[in-house]
Order: sequence, then C-alpha cells, then structure tokens
Amino acid sequence: MLEIKNLTASIDGKEILKGINLTVNPGEVHAIMGPNGSGKSTLAKVLAGHPSYEVTGGEVIYDGKNLLELSPDERAREGVFMAFQYPVEVPGVSNAQFLRLAYNEKQKHKGEEELDPLEFKDLLKEKAALVEMDASFMSRSVNEGFSGGEKKRNEILQMAVLDPKLAVLDETDSGLDIDALRIVAEGVNKLHDPDKAVIVVTHYQRLLNYIVPDFVHVLSGGRIVKEGGKELALELEEKGYDWLKNGNGKSGSAAAK
Amino acid sequence: MTTELAQQENKYAAAFDQVLAAQTGEPAWLRSARESAFAEFSASGFPTVDLEEWKYTNVAAIAKTSFEPVLSANGTSLGKQDALAPYSYPETSHSRLVFVNGIFRQDLSDTSDLSAGIVAVDLNEAASDKKYEAVLRRAVEREAQTNGFVSLNTALFSGGLFMQITRDHVVAAPIHLLFVAEAQNGTAPAALPRVVIHAEANSQATIIESYAGSGSGAYLTNAVIDFELADSARISHYRLQREGAKGFHVSTTRAELGAKASYETTSINFGAAISRHNVEVRMDHEGAECAVDGLYMVDESQHTDTHSVIDHRQPHCNSRQLYKGILDGKSRAVFNGKVFVRHGAQQTDAQQTNKNLLLSKEAQVDTKPQLEIYADDVKCTHGAAVGQLEEDELFYLESRGINPTLAKNMLTYGFAGEVIEKIKIESIRRELDEVVLNRLHSEFQLES
Repeated sequence: MLEIKNLTASIDGKEILKGINLTVNPGEVHAIMGPNGSGKSTLAKVLAGHPSYEVTGGEVIYDGKNLLELSPDERAREGVFMAFQYPVEVPGVSNAQFLRLAYNEKQKHKGEEELDPLEFKDLLKEKAALVEMDASFMSRSVNEGFSGGEKKRNEILQMAVLDPKLAVLDETDSGLDIDALRIVAEGVNKLHDPDKAVIVVTHYQRLLNYIVPDFVHVLSGGRIVKEGGKELALELEEKGYDWLKNGNGKSGSAAAK
Repeated sequence: MTTELAQQENKYAAAFDQVLAAQTGEPAWLRSARESAFAEFSASGFPTVDLEEWKYTNVAAIAKTSFEPVLSANGTSLGKQDALAPYSYPETSHSRLVFVNGIFRQDLSDTSDLSAGIVAVDLNEAASDKKYEAVLRRAVEREAQTNGFVSLNTALFSGGLFMQITRDHVVAAPIHLLFVAEAQNGTAPAALPRVVIHAEANSQATIIESYAGSGSGAYLTNAVIDFELADSARISHYRLQREGAKGFHVSTTRAELGAKASYETTSINFGAAISRHNVEVRMDHEGAECAVDGLYMVDESQHTDTHSVIDHRQPHCNSRQLYKGILDGKSRAVFNGKVFVRHGAQQTDAQQTNKNLLLSKEAQVDTKPQLEIYADDVKCTHGAAVGQLEEDELFYLESRGINPTLAKNMLTYGFAGEVIEKIKIESIRRELDEVVLNRLHSEFQLES
C-alpha cells in the first residue's frame, strides 16, 4: 500500500529526514517512535503534503501512485488521512458544514453519492458515537474552544467520516488523559480493517497498549535506527531512547552516514 | 475652485433656499441650526484630504458630481407589488419604515406591529411639537463628528423621522428602517436621510438600518442617524450598507448613552464605490456599555472607510469593538478607531480589535487604532492586524480533501462569520452569509 524509499526532506533548508525506508501493507499497524526532534512528525507531515516541508530526495509510492506528485487535497481524496498533533481552529465554520463538505468532496472524487445536510446528519450521528462525541459539537465552529481531548476526538471523528485507507496519527496521544486516550484508541481500532493501514507516530509507548502495532520503527536523527515487533516499544519504555544512541541501533542505518 | 464645483455648490444653495421657503413653520431653533450649518458648509465645503480625519478618503468625486438634493417625495416605482421584496426581511414585514431617496414614505411602510409604545413621526412635524423639542435639539445641535456632510444634511434634511420608544416598553418586532436610493430619469439624487431615535428609560428595541440602491445610476446617500438612550435603555442596532456599485455613501451614527444603558451596533459595509461611516458613542453616565462591531468587504476599486469614536466620560462603562475587513481586487479600506478614557472615568473596561484579510496583492488597508487614556484605574486593550490566510489553516482543510480554492473560501467565510453571527436576526444573517459566498464565487453552500 505504501512504500517509502530513501526519503529525504528539509524545512527552511535544514535537513530533517535523512533517508527513510518503510513499507506498509494493508491490514498492518506500524508505530513510528523516537525522541523529540528525531523527525517522526516531519515524516507524518511529509506524507500528508505539508507545504512547509521540501522533499529533497527519494520516493513515496502509495497505491501504485507517486504520492509526492499529489497535492494535499488530492492525497486526502485518495484515502490518506493525517490526524494532527495540533488540530487547527476554524472559527465561523461549523463542524457539520466542514465535515459534510470534506465528505462530499471525497464522494464526488469516487463518483459516489453526495449527501444533503439531513442525510449527512444521520451519518455523522453514527460516527460521533464511535468517539463518544456529543451532538452539540457538530454545530460548533471546528475545534474552536475545544479542549485538547475534544480536539483529538474530533480528529478521529473526521477519520471515521472520511474512512481513509491509510491513516497517520501524529502524536494523537499527546495531551490526552487516560479516558480520552482509551476513547481515541478504541475509535481507531473500530475503524481498522484488513484493507486499511495505520501509522501511529508517538513518543510514548502508552498509546500502543491500546493500538497494538505489528511493527515498531525507531527514528533518530532523521533515520530509522531500529525496527522490531510490539515488544520493541516496551523495551524503549524501559530503557529510554538514549540506549539506542550507544550503537545498539541497526548497523545498516548508522553506516549510511 | 473649478467650475464644476461652483455649479454644484449653487445647486446646494438653491436647495437651501427651497428648504427655507418650504419649512416656514419650523421652530426658530431649527431654522437657526440650518442657517449656521449651511454657512459652515458654504465656507468649508466637503472635507478634503488635507484634513487629518479625511487623509485616506478622497471625496472629490462626490464634490464634483452634480447631485440633485431630494427634498420631497418624488415618483417611485417602488410602490409596485414586491418591488421592495429584495430589501425586506420576513421578521420585519409589519415593522418596516421605508425611505425613498431619504424621504420617509408612510405609503410604502407597514407599521402594524408597532402600534403600542412607540412614536414614529415626520421629523419636521416632531420639531414643532413642544414635547419633543428638548430631545430633538440635543440631536440636531450635537457637534460630535460634524463635517461638511453633516452640515449639508442639517441644512437640507426634509422628510426625516423621529422615533421614540416609550419608557419601560419592550418593542418585540425588530424595526426596519429601509433606505432605498432610486436614480430616475438620468438624474443623480442626493438622499439626505435624517433620523432621531429616542429610547426612553428602561425601554428596549432592535433597529435595522439598511441601505440599498434600486437602479444602476450614480447617487449619494448622506445620512445622519442620532440615538439617545435614557437610563437603562437597551438598543441593538444593525446597519447594513449595501449601496449600488455607483453609489456614494457617507453616514454618521451618533449615540448618547444614559446610566446603565446598553447600545450594541453591528455595521456591515459591502456596497458603494466610496463609503465612509462615522460612528461615535458617548458614555457620559455611569455604568453604560456598548459594543461597536463591524465588517467591511470590498472588491475591485471600492473604497470603504470607518471612523469610530468610543468616548468613556464616566466611571464603570464598558466597550467592546471588533471590526473585520476583507479586501480583494484593488480595493482600499480605512479603519480609524479612537477610544477615549477621560479624566475620572475609572473602572473603564475597553477592548478594541481590528483585523483585516487581504485576498489580493493590490488591496490596501490603513488601520489606526488609537487609545487615549486619562484615568489610572482602567482595563484597556487594543490591537490591529493585516494579513493573508494562515498557511496552517489552509493546509488543515486541504488535508481533509477540500480543494485550495474552497478551503480559502471557507476560511474567509469563517472570518466574516465572526461578525455576522452577532446579528440576531436569522434572515439577515443568512442573506449576509450568501453575499459573502457570492463575492467569493464559492461552490461552498450554506446548510439549509
């Protein structure tokens, strides 16, 4: 589904990603972990097409297409979704308006039926239940005045409505209390199926107790320095990231310097 | 002085003679107010860019155009069925007072919802009535915001309106003052609407003041609207300026607030080739509060200017101001917002914000928030911003599959929405939302 080959990217001329290789197949859950500044959020944003980041080399093939050639909105309509670490407030536009517009853009793209406000209301009600969101949030401006946890739940609600093939969760666990974490994680798990893939970007292991990864990749200094199964996350929780800096990472990546 | 200007001034002089001849029954105070106003206008004419307050707004086009001042009701095609429908709102179908070219038209108005607790009479008639003299004199002789336009209006106004909301009375229906300019037979009318609104103690009302042009010709609206709110009166005021593309609009809103009175005004400025709005709220009694908000949205070569004064003269008064601007094409906007906190006006709480969104590189804004504080125990903030849409906001919408144009429109719509949502009348809000979306040529639809 997704193949990242030797991807390099920079922001304001500063190289952040220094050659990422990653393959994600349908049905898989991948965790990208790493210390602050390792480039894990950059990887998420580059996949979504954030305009501040410049891809300087490598390629990303998604569903047989060159993902890097698509604009952010085209990527979204093709089924790529990123849950933001810091969801943006959009004053004056209601959540329901915004979601229906996004939903219909995607339906149009797929040649499927668009929904009028009443029909969409039913769909929204069903999806909102997944993340235990109250109907009152739908008439409020997008993310405006939402608490940190409400914003993250709103991200997962958007994911539920847009039904992406590839979901990238960028530090969705940050700023969540334990109940919100559970709600968000359960929402993600309910949406997951064998045709879809999830990439969970996180600093901590705790989200991975709920969204259990098939693979864990550890990023450091813009490279993947260690890979393993879900047990790697537990090892990191115990030993911290410093342990990897002492030559315990993959030799292949370290040598690429 | 150019010949054009001289001819035009002769026209105003002739009009003034006509007014004096027609209004022989007017009380002496009003006649003398008109005479001194016309003397002032004759001496200084319309303001020029040499004056600090008019530095960015050149009204030479108004001074040079041969406008015909409208002094009495003329023929109108607006009497036909549904002719006024495009300018009307269902919430005010029985509380609508119509003015054509500035002249109040009882024949086109429907005031059946305004039977109790409210007086609405011709301004000249009211001026001759002793019981209204004091309040009318205070309004007509008010010096705040006086300039060539106000002087000309005072000298010439005819067919204006006096409205009084009776003590303790709550007017349920919103009152719509509908000003339509109608340029007929190739003439360019100068409408000179004059309205005095007196809210007696503890009364409440919602006033909609809307301007529209019914034809495609040039015209001038030069309006002066005075409010006086007695103690604990509450007025919500929505001013909707949607003049025609060749219209010129200059208007002055002045409000005097009594103790614990509340005045909330939202001004929408969408129309006219050149528009200028002077608004001044004076709080000369304790515990008064006001919100003076607005939105201007201009395109092509439109020019819009708002000069606002909020005057805290006594302790314990609050003011809030949010003005937003959206500029496209080669349009230009001016915002000048003064907030005065006078000596002794302790415990003043004043907030002022002006935000501008530039949708084109050629659009230009001059914004100047001015805070002058002469008291030491006050809470005041102010700020101004001019900018483009935020990249992060655009990316957020695009990352949900919304194309860049639509994303831009949604954000612009949301930007305007923060002001539009202050208007508590559903059909007006909806109409304004639609205007914003049409301006953006957006495929983004409103929820039904």
